[in-house]
Amino acid sequence: MARVLIENITKSYGETEVLHGINTDISDGEFIVIVGPSGCGKSTLLRMIAGLEDISSGTISIDGRVVNTLEPKDRDIAMVFQNYALYPHMTVFKNMAYGLKLRKFSKKNIKIRVHQAAKLLQLEELLERKPRQLSGGQRQRVAMGRCIVREPKVFLFDEPLSNLDAKLRVQMRLELRKLHKRLKVTSIYVTHDQVEAMTLGDRLVVINDGYAEQIGPPLELYEKPASIFVAGFLGSPAMNFISAQISADGKTAQLSEDVKVPVANPLSKQGITEKKVTFGIRPEHFSLSDKEKTGLPLRVDHAEFHGASTMIYGRLPGNDELITVRLPHIHHISPETVLMLTALPEHIHIFDQKTGKRI
Amino acid sequence: MIKRTHFKSSPLPYLLVAPQILITVAFFIWPASQAVYQSMLLEDPFGLKSEFIWFENYVLLFSDEIYFSTFLRTVVFSSLVAFLSLSIALLLAATADHVVRGTRTYRTLLIWPYAVAPVVAGTIWMFIFDPTLGIVSYFLHGIGYEWNHRLNGNQAMALIVLAATWKQISYNFLFFLAGMQAIPKSLIEAAAIDGAGPARRFWTIIFPLISPTTFFLMVMNIVYAFFETLGIVHAVTKGGPAKATEILVYKVFNDGFIGLDLGGSAAQSVILMLIVITLTVIQFRYIERKVEY
Ligand SMILES: Nc1ncnc2c1ncn2[C@@H]1O[C@H](COP(=O)(O)OP(=O)(O)OP(=O)(O)O)[C@@H](O)[C@H]1O
Ligand SMILES: [Mg+2]
Repeated sequence: MARVLIENITKSYGETEVLHGINTDISDGEFIVIVGPSGCGKSTLLRMIAGLEDISSGTISIDGRVVNTLEPKDRDIAMVFQNYALYPHMTVFKNMAYGLKLRKFSKKNIKIRVHQAAKLLQLEELLERKPRQLSGGQRQRVAMGRCIVREPKVFLFDEPLSNLDAKLRVQMRLELRKLHKRLKVTSIYVTHDQVEAMTLGDRLVVINDGYAEQIGPPLELYEKPASIFVAGFLGSPAMNFISAQISADGKTAQLSEDVKVPVANPLSKQGITEKKVTFGIRPEHFSLSDKEKTGLPLRVDHAEFHGASTMIYGRLPGNDELITVRLPHIHHISPETVLMLTALPEHIHIFDQKTGKRI
Repeated sequence: MIKRTHFKSSPLPYLLVAPQILITVAFFIWPASQAVYQSMLLEDPFGLKSEFIWFENYVLLFSDEIYFSTFLRTVVFSSLVAFLSLSIALLLAATADHVVRGTRTYRTLLIWPYAVAPVVAGTIWMFIFDPTLGIVSYFLHGIGYEWNHRLNGNQAMALIVLAATWKQISYNFLFFLAGMQAIPKSLIEAAAIDGAGPARRFWTIIFPLISPTTFFLMVMNIVYAFFETLGIVHAVTKGGPAKATEILVYKVFNDGFIGLDLGGSAAQSVILMLIVITLTVIQFRYIERKVEY
């Protein structure tokens, strides 16, 4: 168990820089999830922590010790790979014992530790099998077991669940969470799946194109996304974005040439006047206006029933972007109807269109 | 009802396999059966008539002490060649697996010897080690070691082992490298995190995982050392001095084409053929055990 400090980490492959100065302070026993779209540099960051990738600049320290130049084996970390990377020629027992044997544990100790881990992961029956005789979920657990037995300071996970089917993924997610609660080992988990990120992480690091866009607990990121990117990345279905021009007095927002909507609280209070902004509203935060005249006029394209809720897709006048609305309960809405939508002010996120940052 | 026309036979499939069958018959089945037949003949000294003697040639062969010592010599030679060329190729492949810059040049250079014909390979080494002209023997002389493979049987053996090994390294190298590159990189990384240094990783992960390749190559190398080294032996030592480098395949050639004992030579070649067949069977039997990552 240890604190992991990541300071100003950059990574370049030749001329191209793929990580541009990442800073994170991961406290002891924390479960942190690094999340971002494919190719944003998540694995690269994780592999730098593991020591599998050189650090171009910056420092990484584990438990107060700078590990930049240490070999992977000297960093006291363990890693679960996306393809599990089990040794195919060794039994489950040997797979788990390998690291202990290299660290010169006694035969008796190895046995005790492996059996403990196997019990924890329900692998006891499978210890004599080879990896090819296991199912995907079992392999995943063996990969976990191989990490647990060594009792490292830090666990690293690189998309460990992405090779499993949807149902198993949900189940393993719960087990991972439970395991972490029990072992309380500092864990760094990489995924591109936002649901996984939201459910697993104590805190998330959202990475986009080599920059850490926002770091914080899942709920905070969900409720107060720092940028358009984070807002659009977290939450499913994704947040709606509507661009608008705020008037000089900050009281109205021009959505298109002929649609002007009043802004409930004048934005001038927040110093927003005459600015191009992007409004972000989550589908579930819309509600139908009880007054006929106020709100955003949405021309319905089609509606879907999802049992407990109804999804409505439509367009605002003068805008081709499809807007998604999720209403609780079942609503019968036919295409071409015009709905008046409203949303609570605290649910409307405003982003500067130029910088993409939250205002 | 199935229409007859569906089964109308066409000569096309037969035509398509005909060349392969012809080649097999002309270059393998026919000469092989000829060899078996000839191995049961006794030719008179002038080659005018021959007599069918059943297995007498074989009986003669097995009671011949020279044949037995040739057999032993061949086993020693083959083991040395197989062992050396496999281990050197393994070392080179493990290095190439690591090298990042200049990989292509490195590999190309390693592959070249394979393209050299056995006789040419033998001739190259013969020149390098020539007792009077060779550069290596000159240096050896410089450090006080007398090299003359024309007189010293052990040196002659060392020289053909060297030449045969050199030629086979490329082949082994290619297979080893391909085998190593088929191992997922994450396995090696997992081992590195588990605490294994490069040598440990090689012996506990890489080597076991390429064992099917190693086994395949071992059989191939023995076959090579048994049969394809004729050219090298012929070019370098001609089996001498005093038969010190006469291996089985060279003895077949020597007894048959030089000594003109066709029956005995044919019997030897049939035995060689049986050895290859056995090796091939073993090969097919065990090569099936593939590794799954
Ligand atoms: N060895 C390399 N040489 C050059 N560029 C590389 C190398 N490895 C990764 N990259 C680049 O670095 C960037 C980040 O890669 P990385 O593997 O970290 O992405 P990722 O976020 O893990 O994506 P994914 O979700 O698809 O796994 C990518 O643009 C990739 O092309
Ligand atoms: Mg990745």
